[in-house]
Amino acid sequence: MFLNNKIIALMVALVLPVVVQADSLLPEPPKAKKKYSEKTQCVESVEEMRKNHMSYILHQRDETLRKGIRTKQYSLKECINCHNAPAEDGKVARTGESEHFCSTCHIYAAVQIDCFSCHSDKPANTQYRHKLSLQDTSYHLNVATQNLTSDTLELLASDTKEGQQ
Amino acid sequence: MNHNKVDQYRRQFLAQATAVAGVSLASGVILNTVHAKPADQAASSKNRWGILIDANKCGTGCNKCVSACHEEHGVPTLGKPATDAQWIRKVKLTDKQTGHVQSIPMMCQHCANPPCVDVCPTNASMKRADGVVLVDKHACIGCRYCMMACPYNARSFVHEKTTEQKYPRGKGTVESCTLCVRRIDDPNGPYDPACVEACNAEGHRAMWFGDLKDPNSEISGRLKQYGGEQIRSDLGLNTGIRYQNLT
Repeated sequence: MFLNNKIIALMVALVLPVVVQADSLLPEPPKAKKKYSEKTQCVESVEEMRKNHMSYILHQRDETLRKGIRTKQYSLKECINCHNAPAEDGKVARTGESEHFCSTCHIYAAVQIDCFSCHSDKPANTQYRHKLSLQDTSYHLNVATQNLTSDTLELLASDTKEGQQ
Repeated sequence: MNHNKVDQYRRQFLAQATAVAGVSLASGVILNTVHAKPADQAASSKNRWGILIDANKCGTGCNKCVSACHEEHGVPTLGKPATDAQWIRKVKLTDKQTGHVQSIPMMCQHCANPPCVDVCPTNASMKRADGVVLVDKHACIGCRYCMMACPYNARSFVHEKTTEQKYPRGKGTVESCTLCVRRIDDPNGPYDPACVEACNAEGHRAMWFGDLKDPNSEISGRLKQYGGEQIRSDLGLNTGIRYQNLT
């Protein structure tokens, strides 16, 4: 009995610090900047997402690429937009860094993902179209309201000059 | 001087008046807006997207479509012409007999019967229901059979690691023009692809984007009225990119 107690005490003494230490090493992924819904917080319950996020993303990628279905709920882009938003100083964690939302757990679990060898690991510009489109005018619908281009004006000017000579 | 100005104003007025007449006359054609596809709906075979390119209007030496495309998709120029990716390029055509020079943009022709899809061993090379030919990089193993099969030399292999991509693209996969599929799928769209937009903004207005299956679309109207050519039409690929005034 005495021996048993001693062994137990020894085991507790040995194991306890390890448990405490392991606890502090658990990954702490950055919190999302906003909630998808008040009820589930994320697009699904947190438990569900921890377990099955890969299936949702995998399903969505084929829907999007092959069919053109671009709903936001299970889109990888939206995961990144919400969970890996830039900090207040504008810094964004990159994949492979422990601060990156995905990398935090994947480093811990030693699971290598290759999503970000093609996809962007930081929030995409919501205005994805390049700057030209800021005018946002489709020429074909605005024929009448388009101003004459400088080329045309030059041509007009040279035309009238020739006419005078 | 005054006389010149009056003349210019008169011309400008006339040009605009004609344009207005054009719009109202062809209101059924031009103002027939294409309905945007809701985000949760799949691309449909009721549409077939294409571009019509007028070779006479395309500016020799103008490279705006190329730079707009590569800027939009984050395709870098690394100064390595042998391996740099090219989603679109300008091709110069010279008639040896007459010396007449034309310049046209060349990209994925979005064939109805795409050879790249036929040869792909992993089904990565694919055609959407609305005729857009894409590479599913999730399935692409980088074998480059599609690059060999494409008669238009439209595809590129990504040789370098990508870090600042604006559009999913990665080392070891093949890529090509996507007809700006994000713009087509945009819930407020479909918007003109980047190349077409750049061409219009530059004032050349050599490109029209639209639905080839919609008889009321501007592109269909123009093709019906003036006709259009497919490059290498002998191959029977039924391309979505058509050209006019090629000599």
